[in-house]
Amino acid sequence: MLEQYGFIAILALIAAVFPFVGLAVAWLLRPKRPNPLKNSIYECGIETIGETWVQFRAQYYLFALVFVIFDIEAIFLFPFAVAFNQLTLFAVFEAILFVLILAVGLIYAWRKGALEWQ
Amino acid sequence: MDWSQIDLRTVGVLWNQALQNAGIAPPLLTVINWVVAAVVLLFVGLNMVIGLIWLERKIAARIQDRLGPNRVGPFGLLQTVADALKLLTKEDVTPTDADRITYNLAPALAVFHVLMTLAVIPFADGVIGADLNVGVLYIVAFGSVGSMAALMAGWASNNKYALVGGFRVVAQLLSYEIPLVFAMMIPVLAAGTMRMNGLAEAQGQFGGLGWYVWVMPCAFFIFLAATLAEGERAPFDLLEAESEIVAGFNIEYSGMKFAWFFLAFFLNSWVLSAIGTTLFLGGWQGPFVDRIPALGVVYFFAKTMVMFWVLAWIRATFPRLRIDQMMDFCWKFLVPLALVLLVGTAIILKLGLPSPFDGLALLVWNLALLIGGFWLLGKAQQRAVYASKRAFTPQLPRL
Repeated sequence: MLEQYGFIAILALIAAVFPFVGLAVAWLLRPKRPNPLKNSIYECGIETIGETWVQFRAQYYLFALVFVIFDIEAIFLFPFAVAFNQLTLFAVFEAILFVLILAVGLIYAWRKGALEWQ
Repeated sequence: MDWSQIDLRTVGVLWNQALQNAGIAPPLLTVINWVVAAVVLLFVGLNMVIGLIWLERKIAARIQDRLGPNRVGPFGLLQTVADALKLLTKEDVTPTDADRITYNLAPALAVFHVLMTLAVIPFADGVIGADLNVGVLYIVAFGSVGSMAALMAGWASNNKYALVGGFRVVAQLLSYEIPLVFAMMIPVLAAGTMRMNGLAEAQGQFGGLGWYVWVMPCAFFIFLAATLAEGERAPFDLLEAESEIVAGFNIEYSGMKFAWFFLAFFLNSWVLSAIGTTLFLGGWQGPFVDRIPALGVVYFFAKTMVMFWVLAWIRATFPRLRIDQMMDFCWKFLVPLALVLLVGTAIILKLGLPSPFDGLALLVWNLALLIGGFWLLGKAQQRAVYASKRAFTPQLPRL
């Protein structure tokens, strides 16, 4: 079973090198005539005002936080799903209880207004 | 020649014998086989993109009463090749003050993550790069690398449109990953394996009626909706909404770097339809596939093309959602629906009903959830419409 990861490693190597080969070929073929105006940042014909890397809304952070909880839940549930046929009824109910606890978390976030996009 | 003996694995056996006769010992032989398999996989994937771009443009054109590409080659088939050559020779403009390393790595990472997911797609019985026992988890893991590539591109471009696009990528791809993962978990629950080939094998009963799309349409619906969002396709293409943020995270990219993002986008769409085919449409299953295994490739590609066609159809007909609608649809509709579906599926499968009846029970449960979910969604929509109408109706003075 483990030797299959040898194939994954070789594929990863080729897949990682391949895009750079394309970029290298393009680098050989393309014209290179940069000038300050051409390299300026695209902004509908006017110059960008102020710094680009500004503070962003906390809304994105809230969603990311809720996402982390559910993603970890998913990681825990995949082994449960694979071993499902061998599990006893008790174990299945425990897993369902686990899902329900997280569902309560979702309802809490919902009622708190964390899922409202303002 | 006996056609029933034609098996794609026979080709592999003959190939191995030929190499061994040439005096290549097993450790080196395995490595050579891996390299050949990886190159073939990449070759198939990259060449398919050329056809897919043409296909999607033609489909969209026909739906919107246009002709589509029809100048270069027969039926415009070579249009994509011409476009690729043009992009290869275009000047590459890097914006001033861009974060150079991140800026140049992002397109390569975008291509890398899609090519990696090709490894676990079963083209026919046993014709698979690596039949990992964590196949579904592998796909989910490499799928989330894609959102990182888009965020890197948006962040490094030193452009405000690109930055907003990058934030939207995070918000959208992370949110829709949850319903996608839960929808993928339900076939895993029923098949009892995460191997992609095993999932396709498990759907072979009842001659096509055993496909999970018939048994669990609600899971398929959640998967399809999440696929549209994960593939950055309309109606969920907010992260490249050209009317709002011009082109989103890849606005500052030109030449070959843009070509890589374009390729990654189309190949990702195809990979997602291939995953959908394997999980819900029976993969390589089809009539006579047990006697002529090579037919599996034909069935698999036919099914992925149908799925891709549906994605293109949706893209050509639906208007784009607003960002709050998109987030609401995910968190307030798809995620609760997926959680309820998962719990219900686990209980029904644990009841231990005899063979055809457990499928029927699952079907009834899925249809009930689908109808009930949409009924509740309609009610909520109605309430929102009334609320906004009340807010805009001028208050008449009471007499």
